[in-house]
Amino acid sequence: MNFLSENIYYIGAFSLIFIGLYIVLVKKNLIKVIIGFSILDTGIYLFLITLGYITDGTAPIFSKSGLIADKMVDPVPQALVLTAIVIGVAVLALAISLAVKLYEHYGTLNLRKIKEQKW
Amino acid sequence: MEIIVTILILLMIASAIAALIFKDLINAIIASCIVSLIAAILFYFLQAPDVAMAEAAIGAALVTGIFIIAVKRTKRFEE
Amino acid sequence: MRKLIGILLLLIIALGIALSLKEIPFGITKTIIGDHFINKGIEETGAVNIVTSVVVGYRAFDTLGEITILFTATIGLGALFGIYKKKKVNLEIEPPSLIVFTGTRFLFPILILTGTYIIIHGHLTPGGGFQGGAIIASAFLLMYLGCKGKRINENLSKVVEALGGLTFVALGIVGLITGKDFLFNFLSKGEPAALLSAGIIPIIYIAIGLKVGSELAGIIDNLIEKSK
Repeated sequence: MNFLSENIYYIGAFSLIFIGLYIVLVKKNLIKVIIGFSILDTGIYLFLITLGYITDGTAPIFSKSGLIADKMVDPVPQALVLTAIVIGVAVLALAISLAVKLYEHYGTLNLRKIKEQKW
Repeated sequence: MEIIVTILILLMIASAIAALIFKDLINAIIASCIVSLIAAILFYFLQAPDVAMAEAAIGAALVTGIFIIAVKRTKRFEE
Repeated sequence: MRKLIGILLLLIIALGIALSLKEIPFGITKTIIGDHFINKGIEETGAVNIVTSVVVGYRAFDTLGEITILFTATIGLGALFGIYKKKKVNLEIEPPSLIVFTGTRFLFPILILTGTYIIIHGHLTPGGGFQGGAIIASAFLLMYLGCKGKRINENLSKVVEALGGLTFVALGIVGLITGKDFLFNFLSKGEPAALLSAGIIPIIYIAIGLKVGSELAGIIDNLIEKSK
């Protein structure tokens, strides 16, 4: 029980990663696969921010004049995740536009049926 | 405080499993929007306000909007 | 059959990760460079928000690469959808009711004002260019869904997006000309926690905010309106 209460954030992040991977591996509809990519991305962001957390720390902003500098949370993973969120939305928009064009060309969004057709 | 975090993480995992199971695509999109919103709350608990604001604005508003417009232009039900 | 293989594969990967992650503790300092950024951040860049000084001050070149990726995705989407101007797609969106229309007209200027406030105060409070740009893009998404037939001006959005990107690269080249490095902070640092402080960081964030906001609004416009 102590192990569970300490590492609950890691368990939540890895559960999201595994559910996202399962959707990408098993499902047939193309838009369901892209929803799985979005859930996988959210799990990875949660894992990275959990790595930088210090117990009883505060946010890395010197807003008031009396804050001590050695009880602050690590700011480097937060900068990396900020960049990663914007890149994730750019890739998702391009994937959605390709899915819409595939539907207009083939008439179906089932991945098994699209693989069987020649042109 | 530990109880609130545990309940929120269980709710997030339940929403992700619901996005796996639903056959109507609009319901699956709303489930993934709930996952993004609860992740934004958890980012605030982990003392990261910049990332929480970015995840709430981009993940819960713009990605959901793009998905719903895409479903409008293709089929609504899976299979 | 495929489901069984999928679950088996994921169980094997989960076992491997659980065995190798037993050594990582939760809530202890793990890196050394975070301490250097927190201790020396204000006197070297002048921004009170340490995450801003990492994203735009110490690692500004990575932010330039990220903006290039967003730009490339927008170009790809425009090439798939928006080449011919005459063909418009006819989505049957219901006209909005009176409550939605009045609420949209009330909320739209409040959203634009909030987005601009978050962009300008990026180096003092949590926020910055990306968050404010996303809020402005959601204001335009609300306008597409709630008002009857209003669309954005496409030429204006293209000009704003191009000017934002050019300002970022021009500031970097000015830093290269005045002697030292690309994207060197050549304006004065000022007093901490004042609005006009931290050198070129507020100017870069305003350029990033305008560029990201108009790009995301252009993506929404291409998806709703255009077919090839």
